[in-house]
This record gives sequence, C-alpha cells and structure tokens, in this order.
Amino acid sequence: MQTTLGSPTQSAILWFLAIVVLTLVVTYLAARRTRSTSDYYAASRSVSPLQNGLALAGDYMSAASFLGIAGLVALRGYDGMIYATGWLVGWPALMFLIAEPLRNLGKYTFADVVAFRLRQVPVRIAAAFGGILTLLFYVLAQMVGAGNLITLMFGVPYEWAVISVGAVMLAYVLFGGMIATTWVQIIKAILLLFGVTVLTVLVLSRFDFSPGELYAAVAARYGQAALEPGGLVRDPIDAVSLGIALMFGLLGLPHILMRFYTVPDARAARTSVLYATGFIGYFYLIIPIVGFGAAALVGRDVITSVDPGGNMAAPLVAELLGGTPFLGFIAAVAFATILAVVAGLTLAGASALSHDIFTHAIRKGHASDHEQIRVARAATVAFGVLAVMLGILFKGQNVAFMVGLAFAVAASANFPALLLSIVWRRFNTAGAVCAIVTGAVLSVVLIVLSPTIWVDLLHNPTPLFPLRNPAIVSMPAGFLAGIIASLVVSEPDAEARFHDEKLRTYLGVGAE
Amino acid sequence: MKSTVREVLDSAEFQNLVMRRWRVSMVLSTLLFVLYYGYILLIAMDRDLLSRRVGPATTVGIVVAGAVIVGAWILTAIYVVWANRHYDPDVARLRARMQGD
Repeated sequence: MQTTLGSPTQSAILWFLAIVVLTLVVTYLAARRTRSTSDYYAASRSVSPLQNGLALAGDYMSAASFLGIAGLVALRGYDGMIYATGWLVGWPALMFLIAEPLRNLGKYTFADVVAFRLRQVPVRIAAAFGGILTLLFYVLAQMVGAGNLITLMFGVPYEWAVISVGAVMLAYVLFGGMIATTWVQIIKAILLLFGVTVLTVLVLSRFDFSPGELYAAVAARYGQAALEPGGLVRDPIDAVSLGIALMFGLLGLPHILMRFYTVPDARAARTSVLYATGFIGYFYLIIPIVGFGAAALVGRDVITSVDPGGNMAAPLVAELLGGTPFLGFIAAVAFATILAVVAGLTLAGASALSHDIFTHAIRKGHASDHEQIRVARAATVAFGVLAVMLGILFKGQNVAFMVGLAFAVAASANFPALLLSIVWRRFNTAGAVCAIVTGAVLSVVLIVLSPTIWVDLLHNPTPLFPLRNPAIVSMPAGFLAGIIASLVVSEPDAEARFHDEKLRTYLGVGAE
Repeated sequence: MKSTVREVLDSAEFQNLVMRRWRVSMVLSTLLFVLYYGYILLIAMDRDLLSRRVGPATTVGIVVAGAVIVGAWILTAIYVVWANRHYDPDVARLRARMQGD
C-alpha cells in the first residue's frame, strides 16, 4: 500500500495544532489558578474520581503501549496479548495494597508516606534517589521513543522532535502545574480511547463485526501459530520476573502515586482506581484487535518495511481504513500521548527534587510557600532540560529495556519501602534507606549483567545473570534488606509514632 | 461519650477494622496472583491447552487473556463495593466517637 507516513500531511498538521492549542488554552486557564504549592503539586486536591481515573489512565497509557503493543501483536501475534495483560494487573494490586493509605498519609510525593514517622533527611534523600532513578529511566525511554516516532510520522529531524516535545511539555508543567498536567492527561486519555475505539470498529467492520472472523483471516494468512503462545514466555522464571516487575513496579512509579494526592479523600482515591482500571483494561482488551487487524489487512511485510520494530502498525491500519485524515488524527493522538506522559514524569521529578530534597532535606521543612513554588518551577525546568538532553544523547540507541528497568527499580526500591512503612511497626529509618538502596542498586546491576545488556548490547558471549528482568530477585532483596536493617537498628521514636500513623492510615484522621 | 485517640486505637473495633481490611486485601491479592501468575505459568507449562481452538481459529489462549483482564477489573470492583459498604461506615463510626457525639 501507499502511505503518507513520514511526510507532514495537511490533516496531520491540523490535528496536531488543534491538540496543542487546546492543551495550551487549558494550561493558560490552569495557570491563573496555580498559586500555592498545593495547587502546583496536587491541583488543590479538588480532582474528581472520574477525572483522576482518566488522568491515571492518561499517565499510564504511553505511546509504547499504544503503538508498541499493536505492533507486537501485528508481528508476533498472541505473544503481544500476553504482554498486554501484564500492563493491567498492577492496578488491582495498587488498590488492595497501597492506594488508600497512600492518600491518607501523603502530601505531594510517596516519600511523604515513607518518611511519615522516620528521620526526614536520610529517608527523603533515599526516596528521592529511588524515585528520580525510576523517572530518569522512564523519561529516557519516552524521549528516545518520541524522537523516533515523530521522525517516522512527520518526517521531522530527531533532535527537533525531542526539543519540541520538551518545550511544549514544559509549558504545561511550568505554568499550569498539576491542574494543567491533569487536564492534559484527561484530554489525552479521552482522545486515545476514542481513537483506538474508532480504529477497532473500523477493523471489525471488515470482518462482519466478528473477532472470530478476524482471527480466522490472521490464521489463513500467517498460520494458526499467530494465535498461539510463541517464544515470549519461553522461560517461566523470566516470565514471572517480568510479571512481578510490571505488577509491583506500578506501585512504585512516582508519577502515578502522586496522582492520589489530587483527590479529596481515600474514598475518591479508591473510586478513581476503579475508573482507571476500567479504562486501561478496556484499552488493553481492544488494542490486540487493532494489531491483528493491521496484520490481516496491511500485512506484516508492509509494516516492517516502514519500521522494523512494528511501531507503525496502528497508524498504517488507520490510514488504510480511514484515509489520510484519520491517519493524521491517530498520529496527533500518539504525539499527545508522548507529551502527556513526559509532562507527568517531569512534574513528579520536580516534586522529588524540590519537595523532598530542597524543602525537607535541605530546609528541614521550613520554606515559605512562595519559595517552595519558585524552587518547584526551577526543578521542573531542570528535569525537563535533562530529559531533552538525555533524549538527544541516546539518539539511535536501543532503549526499549529502559522501561523494564524503570519498573524493576520501582518494584524493588520504592515499593518495598512504601509497603513496609505502612504495615510494619518496627520499620525504621535504617530499614527504609537499606531497602531503597539495595533494591535500586541491585536491579540496575543485575540488568547490566543480564542478557539484555551484557549480551545484546555489550556483545559478551554469555550473561552473568540469566534473567532478562531482575525483579524476582531484586524485589525480595529490597524487602529483606529493609527487614534486616530494621531489626538490627532500633528506633523507638519511629515505633512510638506508628500509632499516629495507623490512625491516619485507616481512619484518615489528620489527612491533608 | 468522647473517646481519646488511645482508646480508639486500643478498641477491639478499630483493631478488628484493620484486620478485616488486610484480610480482604490479602484474599483479593491472592486471587489476583493466582489469576495472573497462573496464566503466565500455564503459558510456560501447557502450551497445548492454550492452543486448542474454541472457534474456527480463535484459541483458548485468546479467551483466557481477555478473561485475565476482565477478572482483574472485577476483583478491583469487589474491593470497592466491600470498602464502600463495610469499611467506610465503620470508619465514620470510629471517627464520630473520637469527636464525641
């Protein structure tokens, strides 16, 4: 088929401008309401459960899940569906284990919860380290992905693509803070869910609206194997390890956890997770249909000729079924998706730098609201510029494993400290610092020694660590380090304050 | 009668509330783990079962993958219904007691 992908068509530019103008208007309106630190980080805690559900979905559904999973299903069939399920199952775990305590205990960052009854300075520094490390790996993968995708879709040079994402995203976060970032996520989530729904309906319309006939067409063209488990889950331990990273990594992603402070109370937090799980589940249920549709209608050969990674499967099938205008819409939605995710990551990075490091570790909690918000904005610029620089620096590198690494660090460093601080009376400062440092360092070291980097990137003959994802080792190690250090060092103050914490965790007494 | 913070914390009702919250959360988490890791291990152990067809081409695997996603959402919904019906009223009662009514 002929494709206009890679050249900036009129409709793509129009849709793209429409989305950017809409989100900037929202930012302008939000900027007038962003005065205090609570406005900047927590949208004055006035976001409704439905809005937060959409915003959580917006923060989570990245271009990697939209374009990447559609491409994976198109090229590798059923294995892409296995991947899709892994991206959803963290949400119920988030609900059962930490959503409500998180809302009741925290203020702006997850470090608020870990440090609630512990010594502020060491815990804040450790938590900011774990959080920022997670965010850096995540934002690096997003930025390199953004540069490649925008180059593929619009034909813009890579560097300009990365810089434009950085500039527009900074405008949202810098001027509109959490209020604007939340609205950008909501707009993006609605556009993405709408776009993928239309795409699914268009695909199914070619098959009498019967998924069974779509699968039959895929089987006829590529053999029944396309609908059977293939090579993705070869090694059960590696597969479970990836599953652990995906499930519990969500419970340690700072930009997701931060959203729980934007709702008024624990009940709203709970309801927003249900909405988010519904939206995200729906998304992962229908995205394989788009992928299979691309395989059956566009063809694997055409998809790989445009991009060997398969990322253009969804845009190509959009063009085939809806013409150039619909391709323009889908491309613009993919761009909005990248922008929104990067904006969320930047705001979370800025909050770790300014709220945890500046306000609590340096100023020991004594900083005026005016000063905090100034530092917050400076931190936003710093994190945004760093993201752009990393994106340019890693041009052409294979960074797909970075998202897996971000989830592994989040699951192994941030999640153990967070959960232990909520449920275990004996947990103390030494435990928190040891859990975070052990989990973070171990997951990074193990991934370097794994087949992903040691063999695939550094071209050594055999890996020093056999698993592609380290979470099955590094997450228990994080817990173990936290437990052992807490038992060895005694901190009576931390234990004594556990009563206050319980009152707030379970009854919400004194919650922000 | 107004209760002190300490009395509420030590009360059987509060301790019972905390225990029930974690029991519900542990049962639902276990179901989630069985659902998801069971699915992953099934792929690793019994490929043939998932490759069996339930239609002209549709495989058991496709149906199961969809069921994992829907099942995960249902577990989330069960927690919300439980918390809204049972947890929140207890919290409201305990908080009222502390404020003295």
